[in-house]
Parts: sequence; C-alpha cells; structure tokens
Amino acid sequence: MSVSEQTATAPAGAVPEGAAHVPHDATTPAHHTSTGLSHEKLAMWLFLGSECLLFGGLISTFLLYRTREVTAGPPVGDIYDIPFTSVSSFVLLMSSLTMVLALSAIQRADHRRARTWLLTTALLGSTFVAGQVYEFTTFVHEGLGYTTNLQGSAFYTLTGFHGVHVTLGILMLLSLFVMSLRGRLPAGKAETVEIVGLYWHFVDIVWIIIFTLVYLIPA
Amino acid sequence: MALTEERPPLELTAGDEPVRNPLGAFSRPSSSYGWRSWLTTVDHKKIGILYGATAMAFFALGGLEALLLRVQLAQPEGQVLSPEVYNQMFTMHGTTMVFLVIMPMLAAFSNYLIPLMIGARDVAFPRLNALSYWVFLFGGLFLYSSFFLGGAPDNGWFNYAPNSGVAFSPGHGIDFWTLGLQITGIASLLGAVNLITTCLNMRAPGMTLLRMPVFVWMALVAQFLLLFAIPVITVALFLLMFDRLFGANFFNVEAGADPLLWQHLFWIFGHPEVYILVLPAFGIVSDVIPTFARKPLFGYPFMVFSGIAIGFMGWGVWAHHMFASGIGPVSVAAFSLSTMFIAVPTGVKIFNWIGTLWKGKLIFTTAMLFAVALVSQFTIGGLSGVMHSVAPHDTQQTDTYFIVAHFHYVLFGGSMFGIFAGIYYWWPKIFGHKLSERIGKAHFWTMFVGFNLTFGPMHIVGLQGMPRRTATYPEGMGWDLMNLLETIGSFLIAISFLMWVYNVVASRKNPHAGADPWDGRTLEWSISSPPPAYNFDVEPTVEHLDEWWHRKYGEDEHGRPVRREHFTYLSGVDEASRRGGGDDPDVDVSDIHLPSPSYWPIVLALGLPLIAYGLIYTYWLAALGGLVIIAGSFGLGLEPSVDPDAGHGDHGDHGPDDEGHDQELAEVGAAAGGDDDEEAS
Ligand code: HEM
Ligand SMILES: [Cu+2]
Repeated sequence: MSVSEQTATAPAGAVPEGAAHVPHDATTPAHHTSTGLSHEKLAMWLFLGSECLLFGGLISTFLLYRTREVTAGPPVGDIYDIPFTSVSSFVLLMSSLTMVLALSAIQRADHRRARTWLLTTALLGSTFVAGQVYEFTTFVHEGLGYTTNLQGSAFYTLTGFHGVHVTLGILMLLSLFVMSLRGRLPAGKAETVEIVGLYWHFVDIVWIIIFTLVYLIPA
Repeated sequence: MALTEERPPLELTAGDEPVRNPLGAFSRPSSSYGWRSWLTTVDHKKIGILYGATAMAFFALGGLEALLLRVQLAQPEGQVLSPEVYNQMFTMHGTTMVFLVIMPMLAAFSNYLIPLMIGARDVAFPRLNALSYWVFLFGGLFLYSSFFLGGAPDNGWFNYAPNSGVAFSPGHGIDFWTLGLQITGIASLLGAVNLITTCLNMRAPGMTLLRMPVFVWMALVAQFLLLFAIPVITVALFLLMFDRLFGANFFNVEAGADPLLWQHLFWIFGHPEVYILVLPAFGIVSDVIPTFARKPLFGYPFMVFSGIAIGFMGWGVWAHHMFASGIGPVSVAAFSLSTMFIAVPTGVKIFNWIGTLWKGKLIFTTAMLFAVALVSQFTIGGLSGVMHSVAPHDTQQTDTYFIVAHFHYVLFGGSMFGIFAGIYYWWPKIFGHKLSERIGKAHFWTMFVGFNLTFGPMHIVGLQGMPRRTATYPEGMGWDLMNLLETIGSFLIAISFLMWVYNVVASRKNPHAGADPWDGRTLEWSISSPPPAYNFDVEPTVEHLDEWWHRKYGEDEHGRPVRREHFTYLSGVDEASRRGGGDDPDVDVSDIHLPSPSYWPIVLALGLPLIAYGLIYTYWLAALGGLVIIAGSFGLGLEPSVDPDAGHGDHGDHGPDDEGHDQELAEVGAAAGGDDDEEAS
C-alpha cells in the first residue's frame, strides 16, 4: 500500500462535534462519547458480559454433577420445594418491575416516588434472599449439607453466588436511597439508577435461567 | 429544564453537593511530585510506568527461578534442588511469567499508550485504573509471600486436579495460588472494563475504529479476551478454593467428581489467555516495523481482522491441551481441526509483516531487531503448535520438552521479544531519552543467541522423549549435551537481562530525544517526551490512519512522501507550551482539569490480601479485610473524581462565566466517572 493510497481516503463521516460544547440537560447523557453511551453504562454492560461467563461456568458445573450418582445424602432433585421457590422467584421478578418504576420516577424528578420504589425493590430483593436462607436451612435439615455430596457443593455454590449478587444489588439500592434522601441523587443523575437497574435486571434474568435449568427441568 | 421544577422542600437543587469530603477520613492528596504522588496517582502514564516497573521486577524473580531449574538440569541426576523445591520452582516460574510479567507488561503498554494513540487525556476511569494496579501488586506480593509461609505452590501453572486437593497438596501453597490469582484476576477484569471503555468511547474526533493504530486494536481484542476468560478461571479457582477450605467435593474423586472439569475450565480460560499474552505484542511490532521500514503497514485491515478472528477462534480450541486425557475420538478430531484452522489468521499476520518489510528501507535499531526476531521466532513456535494440533503426533509430544520448546518460542520468542521491542521503541517517549543503542544491540544479540540456545535443543530432547516437570533425568539417554547447552543458554539470557538493566541505568544521562525521535507514525509522537499530564493541548481531529505521519508528510507528483515545512506538534513541544501556553495560542493549558489523585484505590486494594490471608489463617482478618473493602468502595464511589477544592490553575482570570473552561473540566471529569459537573448545565 502506498502513502498516496492512504491520503486518497479522505475523512469519512465522524466530523467532530463543535468545540465539545454540547449543552446538556437532565435527560441527555452529559458528555459526548464516541459511542454515545456514557462510560459508566458501557462499563456496566461490559461487566455484565463478563458475569455471563461466571454464571455460565457455575451452571455448567451444576449440570455436569446433577446427573452423577451421589455417594451420600439425598440428591438435590429429591428435596426441591418447587412451589416455595416459585413464589420467591415471582417476588424477585416483581422487583424488576419496581426497579423500572423507580427509574421512571426519578427521570420525572419525582423523588419521593423514586425513593419508595427503590426501597420496595430492595425489600423484595431481601425477601428473596430471606427465602433462600430458609431454603438452605430446610435442605440442611433434610440431610444435604455443603459437603455431603457433589450435588450439594454444586447447588449451594451456584445459588449462593447468585444470592451474593442479589445482596450486593440490595446494598447498591439502599445506597441510592440514602443518596436520594440526602439530596445527592438529582434527576440529572437518573442514569446512576438506570445502571444499577441494569445490574438488577441481569441478576434477575440469571435467576430465571437458574430456576428453569436447576429446579424445573428434571435431571 | 427538569431541574428547575418545583420540588418537595427537602430537595436540594441539582448539583448542590452538601458534602465535599465524604467520610472525611483523609484530606485529598494533591502532590504530583515525589514518591507519595506515585501512591495516589490516577494518571494513566504513571500507572503504566508502575505496571512496567513491577512487571520487570517480577521478571527478575521468575528468571531467577528459571536459572535454578536449569542449574538442576545441567547434568543428569542433578542434586541442586530437591524434587519438592523443584516443583515449587517450576510452578512459581510459570505462574510468575504468565500472570505477573507478561500480562502486567502488556497492561503497562496498554495503559500508557492507548489514550495517547487515540487522542484522549486519560482512560475512562482513572481511579479504577489505579485500583487495578494496586490490586495486581498486592495479589503478586501475596502469592510470593507463600515462600515464607510454609512453601510455595507446587502443582504447575495449570494446577491439575486432583493433585491440587488437600489430600495430595496438604500445605498452604495451593491456597496461596488460588487466592493470589483470584486477586490478580480482579485487577485484570477491572483493567479490561476500563480499557475497552476507553477504546470505544474516548477516541478523538475522526479517530474511527479503522484508524486506530494496530497496537490499540490488538490490545482491545486482548482486553475483550480477558473480559470473558477471567470469569472462567475465576469459577475454577473458586471451586478449588471451596474444596480446599470448606470441604466441597468439586474435585473429590472419591465422591464421584470428574477431574476433567478442572482441565476444561482451566483451558477454556487458558487458550484465550495465550492470545491475551501475545496479541498486544503483535500490536507492538505492527507499529514498530512500519516505522523502521519507512512504509505504512502492509494490509492494515487484514491485520485488524485477523486479530479479531484469532480472538473469536481462540475460544474453540481449548481441548487441544487435553488430547491425552481421554476426551474421546470425536472431541479429539474436532479440536484437532479447529486448532489447525487457527493457524490461518496467525499466518496472515506473519505474511503482512513480511509484506511490510519487503522493499522497505529497513533501519535496524534495537527495537526493530527485537521486532524482526519476534516474527521469525514466533513462526517457529507457531509451526510446532501446528504439529501439536495433529492429535496422534501430539500423543508423542505431550508432556515432553517439545511442548516446553513450543510455548517458549511463542511466549518468550514472541511476547517477551515484542515487549522488549516496545521498551526500546517507546522509552524516549516515556522518559525523554533513548536507551543506548550500542548496549541495546549487545543486549539483543546476547538474548537472541541465549534464547535460541536454551529453547532450540528442547525440540530435540523433547522428541527423544524427555519428560517435562521432572526434577532429574538418568544418564545415558543421550540428553546430556543438549541439557548442558540449554543451561548455558539460560545464563546468556540472564546476562542479556543484566545488560538491559545496565542500559536503563547508564542511559539516564542521555541527551533529550525530542518529541519524535524515530519519525513515528502515530499520535503519541506528536506531543512532547515525556508527555504533559494532560497529553494534548486540544483534542486532535483525526483524518487518517497514521495521522501523525500524514501531518508531517505530503507527497510530490510521483506520490513519494515529502516532509512538509510546517506542521504543529500537539502539545508541550515549543517554548510557549512549556511555559503553559500550549502550541495552540488559543488554549490555556492550565485550564485543563485532570482527575485528582486519590488515596482510596490503594486502601481498597489492601482489603483483598487481608481477606485472602484471613481465609487461610483466621476469619477475623477476613472480616477486617471486608470492612476495608466496603469503606474503600464507598470512599471511592462518593468522592468526586475531580477535587472541587483543587486550585483552578494559578491564573487569576477565572471568572464564574468561564463556561468553556468548565466544559473542559467536564470532559475530563466524565473520563473519571465523576459526575460533579452539573454546574455547567
Ligand atoms: C499457531 C498457533 C498455535 C497452535 C496451533 C498451538 C497449539 C498448541 C497445542 C496443540 C498445545 C498442546 C500441546 C500438548 O500439551 O500436548 C499447545 C500448548 C501450549 N501453547 Fe500453543 N499453539 C499455538 C500458539 C500459541 C501461542 C501464540 C501461545 C502463547 C503466546 C501458545 C502457548 C502455549 C502454551 C503455554 C502451551 C502449553 C501449556 C502447558 O501444557 O503448560 N501457543 N499449543
Ligand atoms: Cu492452546
């Protein structure tokens, strides 16, 4: 390739945006970026992409071991309480709805509602985690401890990882709630809520996959 | 605007920040000189230097371990190391070179160069960048502390199950390995998110994806590989950790576990990992070779797309590491084929480098020598790779020194030579003066001879059946001479490394090299050496691939390049700009506001080794580490990235109506993930 060939390809598209003087208000992302997505949002998407493989690995491990003979204790498939877990899954699902409501409230600068919905989301999430703690204790009572057999290790590790993700999400929601109370979450920062929401919905979707593959489809 | 609507009395108006110093624990650090500034810096260039210096220190340690291995193997029935110590040495050697040398070395280049090459003022999240570095450093130190706490890990860098279980490895070595790599993994993951966001989001106007220098492209692909490979090894590490610390059964064969699970998880990470290790080095030489061949890179789009293709195909070949483990004929055939195919995009790159060299006016600087050596040595390593891909052939080679020869030709002959090419090439940019070319060439030739003397003969003894990872070998196998030569070669490598160290010290007083000592092609050469903290006076507007070259050269009627009489450097080069005026008379660089230094990254990072020691020794320590991390996260998250109390430069004319200047601040503030710029709206 010669230099001249390169010179011939004049600049295509991508004209610079003025002197970076993009006025912004509460609803448009505050800064010009090459993709149009804010750094924070793009970063969250990337992180969630990475998380897909984390859960992918854990789910595969569980699926590998759930068909194996267990050498001690009950196989995990025998002690599921599907109605109970269905209810707690429903609770988690509903928390995605309240998360959406929180975001739309803060975008309308309706801060009181936003706080209500943020708190509701956190509460629904906590209910789910509480349900998980209850489930774990009953399973242990029925003879499946973490070290009892392969399936126990795989089951508690997978669902435990998910539970920790929900718990971190609850912490973020509560932080947003407190920030909002102290006036540090103006409508201009609605995107922060949106980003936490992305995480929350992701964790929710992962649960739906886990619930289907781990609980519903028989081994 | 929504912000001015009536609202309940509790609300403050947007942008009012009632708390300036969240948690109030520290006042904000402000120095930008002295050793303390290195602890709190968020400047991508300083962080790049920190990464590089740390990686080279680990290189010395990993090299020392290698020398011990070679001394042991110099003669049959070696007595220098006990088998136990030998195992620790090759485990720590491999782990160090992969995770603590080449990966951070490439992080060093990526950090330093990506913003400069795409015309940005910093990375997307400067404080997160600092956090990555400290997490990496503490992870590495944690791993090395195992030597003083009952013995280092001893199960190889791939740490196969069930050998890694408590039954077979009762000491804490493996725990240090699992936890240490989890910590450095966090660093890599944060770095990947940060650098990908930087590449995608912070390109200067006109810097389209296909105008990015090849180094940026290859680093970007490698960061994507990290993004998706790190979680896979994280899963493997967690499972192993739970087995060892909490009695889980993932690799407990007695409970019916499948040890191949580890191999699959490890190599699904492991093969993309080898491309993580080599792609950025490919990027380095793809920028070095055109500069010293005085020609544009041959087939830029092929270079980019073959890199992307490698990035995708790299996910479909992992089981070629498991041909001998009984995965079944169908899997073996499939992975054998896919492995042969991956050599195609790799070959494309090699031909493009040759095409660039072809009929170029070659200038053999030290950097160019290292780059050309990469091309030839990597070709040898790639060829032996294709030999492994033939599964029946591989069953003869696997676990012999032939494999050791293969991966050293790709990793040392490839990645490390590329890294040295990069070091010699960008040294004047980073430190303002060149390394001595005379010592550099001596360094190159010694390393080149030493490397080939060490790893060339391994092909031969490998095909003769000498097993790897075995502390001694008997007399009379016909391996003695080759092993002695290999040991001599390894000492040549050590000498060449010392020459480099000497070069670094001896070259300190070299004359200033100027902004563009090699007549470079890419934007980093358009600014002073070393670059000012803010990199560019104004965001450059990019119109070409090899933008800086096109600003320097036009062409005559025959299409030959002619150097223009007038072109402007983009910052810090002429007198005015060193006084703070910038090359562009309209810009006052003291108005550029960079993210402020911060204590939080190092504090937050300290929590991780605390947790790790705690998991091994006492959970109280882990709880303390957890508290440090929570406090650190809130501190980091709530602190504005640009210190509102920091001075706005030392000029007095800064009125409240200086909207344009605040906008500048906002740009950089956004870079930092800070959102404290509402006052501009
Ligand atoms: C043309 C491309 C390549 C092919 C076809 C290839 C093929 C292979 C195969 C089949 C093996 C397994 C051999 C065995 O254990 O029996 C192997 C091992 C290995 N390769 Fe490659 N390879 C290629 C490039 C690379 C590159 C670019 C790197 C790193 C930069 C690399 C690093 C390694 C390492 C570290 C091992 C040994 C792992 C271990 O057992 O400890 N390879 N290669
Ligand atoms: Cu491989």
